[in-house]
This record gives sequence, structure tokens and C-alpha cells, in this order.
Amino acid sequence: MSMIRVENLVRKFGSITAVDGISFDVEERTIFGFLGPNGAGKTTTINILCTLLAPTSGKAYISGHDCHSESSEVRRAIGIVFQDSSLDKDLTARENLVFHAHLYGVQKSDRTRRVDDALRFVDLQGRADDLVKTFSGGMKRRLEVARGLIHRPKVLFLDEPTLGLDPQSRANLWEFITELPRRHEVTIFMTTHYMEEAEVCGRIAIIDKGRIIVSGSPQELKNAVGGDVVYLKTSDNGRAVEEIHSVFHMDAEEKDGEIFITTPRGDDFVPEIIRRIGERVLSVRMQKPTLNDVFLKLTGKEIRDETVSAGSDIKETVRAYRRRHDRG
Amino acid sequence: MIEANAVYVIVAREYKRFVREKTRLVSAVARPLVWLFLVGGGMSRLVPVKGGLSYMQFIFPGILGMTILFSSIFSSISIIWDKEFGFMKEILVAPISRFSVVVGKAMSGMLLSTIQAAIILAFFPLLGLKVGLLQIVGCLAVSAVLAFAIAAFGIVLATFYESYESFSVIMNFIVMPMFFLSGAMYPVKLMPSILRFFTRLNPLTYGVDALKHFIFPLETGAMSADFTLAADVTMIAASAVVFVLLGGKAFERKG
Repeated sequence: MSMIRVENLVRKFGSITAVDGISFDVEERTIFGFLGPNGAGKTTTINILCTLLAPTSGKAYISGHDCHSESSEVRRAIGIVFQDSSLDKDLTARENLVFHAHLYGVQKSDRTRRVDDALRFVDLQGRADDLVKTFSGGMKRRLEVARGLIHRPKVLFLDEPTLGLDPQSRANLWEFITELPRRHEVTIFMTTHYMEEAEVCGRIAIIDKGRIIVSGSPQELKNAVGGDVVYLKTSDNGRAVEEIHSVFHMDAEEKDGEIFITTPRGDDFVPEIIRRIGERVLSVRMQKPTLNDVFLKLTGKEIRDETVSAGSDIKETVRAYRRRHDRG
Repeated sequence: MIEANAVYVIVAREYKRFVREKTRLVSAVARPLVWLFLVGGGMSRLVPVKGGLSYMQFIFPGILGMTILFSSIFSSISIIWDKEFGFMKEILVAPISRFSVVVGKAMSGMLLSTIQAAIILAFFPLLGLKVGLLQIVGCLAVSAVLAFAIAAFGIVLATFYESYESFSVIMNFIVMPMFFLSGAMYPVKLMPSILRFFTRLNPLTYGVDALKHFIFPLETGAMSADFTLAADVTMIAASAVVFVLLGGKAFERKG
């Protein structure tokens, strides 16, 4: 059964279409990654799934419940870690968790134990009674993940969970997130614009300008861009290019004194070419495709170039729109 | 629908933050005392005593009303802070109704204001007024209902303002006029008719008036209460209901 199901979802803010007819399914207890540049429509989609925003048209279901018409069932079934911290910084870590437990109606008999477990799970039991304002960015994010799990949700949303964290904390957080489906029987829906971070996902969908441009497992997507690229330097590049054409029936091009060959199976190709023209090879290196390459190939642009500032403009416009109009 | 667990935990959070923030508590108690002793003390020499009351005694109910007005509005305006710092999202995605949030916030204002009013009430005997148990209980009961009404009014305001820059607008154009047009500083019956008109629209007026009934029940002159106690209580209770429903509606739409 699909834990999350989205059908032709559209959300407009005035003249801007933030989400433009997207559909996808997320299987139970998997990690689903929603990738795209800033302003692509990721947060708008999350807000619809979290019942904070009504879709202009289309449907979204969580655990079989309609996110718009059955919002209280949906709210009980989900936990959320927002892009911007939503902790009360003037309360302690424990108080934030206890507040959450009360809000979700966790019974008194379970409350203390669950809060203690959660603090231990995110390795914050030593700081449980310190005010959150004294915490580092990574600690706050971990505390938010712990809080999102207190009421045992079926789905946990993570909106740009590593934004603003240092590389060390990011690595730690990922290690911890990948454990969640197994340890907490939870389905993870996460967004990120760091392509390399999406490698941990079972499935990903890449979204740009409100539309899903491709989806699949990270490996499938990378295979779709044509696979590995092998770079060769030889004593006679022209001759080597000829041989690759005639012997391997593959395209090879020379650029900046290097030959590059795109192949789905770079691991097998390298030994073969060495066997064939080994004495003339000066150097060889191979590059595995990244999700950045996938995005580049499909949209013709880098995910973090000018798209970021254009996306930020869309973000600002959407915020301003929401400030003026209803929130629902 | 109102969820008791949500109301309870929202009030508990506000209370915890309140007792932790010592400066807020100190300034909340200091402001009314400054008004009472510096303004009241000074004006007592200027205002000729009519009837048995000194001016300082006369403004005591008004100062209590001021304490409740400021702390209730401040408590509700914290909704703007919560939005700004993101905590409101935690509340909005929880499986609780918007109306529970509004009731919880209004009851937070009620609790915190009544605590502050009780502290100010401790100065009651120092003013040379006769105090009885019934008066104290009456004052606290009026304070609680008035605080609920004003906190609910504050929620209505908070839903219309998005950023904390608007805080000074609310203070200067809504809260201060409400205070001066409440009969706190001068008897309603002595006001020009145009001001009297606005005073009658102000829920704080009836709260201050009810407090006058309990603080100097025997006073009959120009400085006595302006309306009957029954009218006061009806008006405060009615505005509490109206504002909490309005707050619920506004919050549901904009929250």
C-alpha cells in the first residue's frame, strides 16, 4: 500500500503556479527524496501534505486519508521537521518534547518514557534540561526530529533537514535519518537541494518549476544520463579515438588533451581498454554520474547557479502573497 | 471543539515562560506602581477631594485595569512572536482545533494577568482603603473575566498584524487610547459627551467600573462607579464571549 499518494496536485498563488500538476506515490517505510532548486515547489507540496495549505486542484492522501478534507486524521499520522526551526527556544529540550506529547494527546503513562527514549535516541539526554537557545544548529535539528517522532507518526516530513548545518553535523544527521525507517517503522518524505544528499533515498523525484521532471531510484536516474565517464590520456590521442570507434563501437571525443567516453559500465570498460592499448595509456580516471549531472542533463542548467536566486524571488513572492491572502 | 489537553499545555507553556522571564515580571509590576504613586501621588495634590476619596485612591481600580490591559494584550500579542520565530507551526500542524489554540491563549492571558493583578492588590491596604475578604475575591473574579475578554481581543488584533513592528502601532493607537478612555484616570460622568461615547464602547470601562464597585463600594460622589455592577459584569462577560468567538473565526481564517 502507498503511504503517500499525490494525484495531479496544483497550487497557485495569484499568477504564480508553485505546484503544477504533480503525481507520485511513496511506499511504506521507505525514504522518498523530493529534489529541486529553491522555489521549485518543494515546500508548497509539503505544506499541502501537512494540511497547512489547501490545493488549488488535485488530491493528496496520507495513509489513505485526504490531506484537505480529513486533516485531523492526517495530522495524527504525520510528524514534521520544518525548514526553519519551530522549537520554543525559551523552553528546555525536555519541555519542548513534553509540550508536543501533550499536544498530540500522548497518555501520561507513556509520556515520560517516550520523552526519555527520544532524548536518548538523538543523544541529547545530557542536555535535556538546558534551554534550547543554548543549542547548536545540529542539536536543534536533532531535537526537532526527536519531537516529530514522539507521537509515533506513520510519516515523517523533513524539509531541507541539513540546511545551515556544518559538514560534520550533516553527516551525523544523515546517518541518523537513514536509521529511522527501520527503528521507528516510519516513512520518510524529505526535500533537499543538495543532490549528493539524496543518495540515501530509496526513490527520488526531481522537481523543477512546479513539475516533476523525473523519478526513480538514484541509480536508475544516474544510469539514465548515460552512466560513467572514462577519461583517458594516451601518447597518441587521435589513434586511440580511432581504435575505440572501430574496436569497441563507442563514441569517444577528445577535449583538452583528454579523451572522454560515456559508458553505462565503466568498471568493465577500463580493464578492456587497458588490455587493448595499455602500452600507450598515460593516465586513466573514471567519474560516476552524480544527481547533479541528472539535473543538468534534464533541465540544461546547474541546480545551484542562477536558479537559486530566481527561486528565492519566487519564494518571496509566495510569502508576500500568503501574507496578504488567506492561509488555508 | 475544544481539546482540554491542548488548552492545558498552551497555558502551561505561557506560565513557564512567564515565571522564567524575571524582567517581564518586574516591569509588569513596576509599571502600575509607578503610575499609582508618581502620577496618583502627584495628582492627589492637584485634584480637590470630592467626597471621601483621594485621587490616588480613585485611580487604584484604574491601575488594576491597566495591569490587566497591558499584560493580557502582551500575552496575546505573543502570537505574533510565535509566528515570527516559527513555533506557531508546531501548534498549527498538531491535531487540535484552531479554537482550542485561541481559548488556550486567552486563558494564558487570564492566568498571567490575574497573578499580576493579585500582586498589585497587595497594595490595597497601603492606600488607606477599608479591605474585606469579599472585596478581594470580587476584585480577583472581575480581573479574571476582564483579562480573558481583553486577551481574546488581543488575539483578534494579533491575527491582523503579521510582524512585531506592528507592536508599537497596537500599543500607541489601541492600547493607550483604551486605557485613557476607560474611566481609569477620570470618572466617566465628568467626561465630554464625545469621549463618553467611546468610553461606553470600551470593554475595559466596565472592568474598571466593576473594580470600583468592589474597591470603594460606599463612595457616592463624582468619583463613584458610573454603572451598576450587574451592567458591568454583563458587559465584560458578553465581550469575553464575543471576542473569543471573533478570535476563533479570525484565527481559523488567517492563523
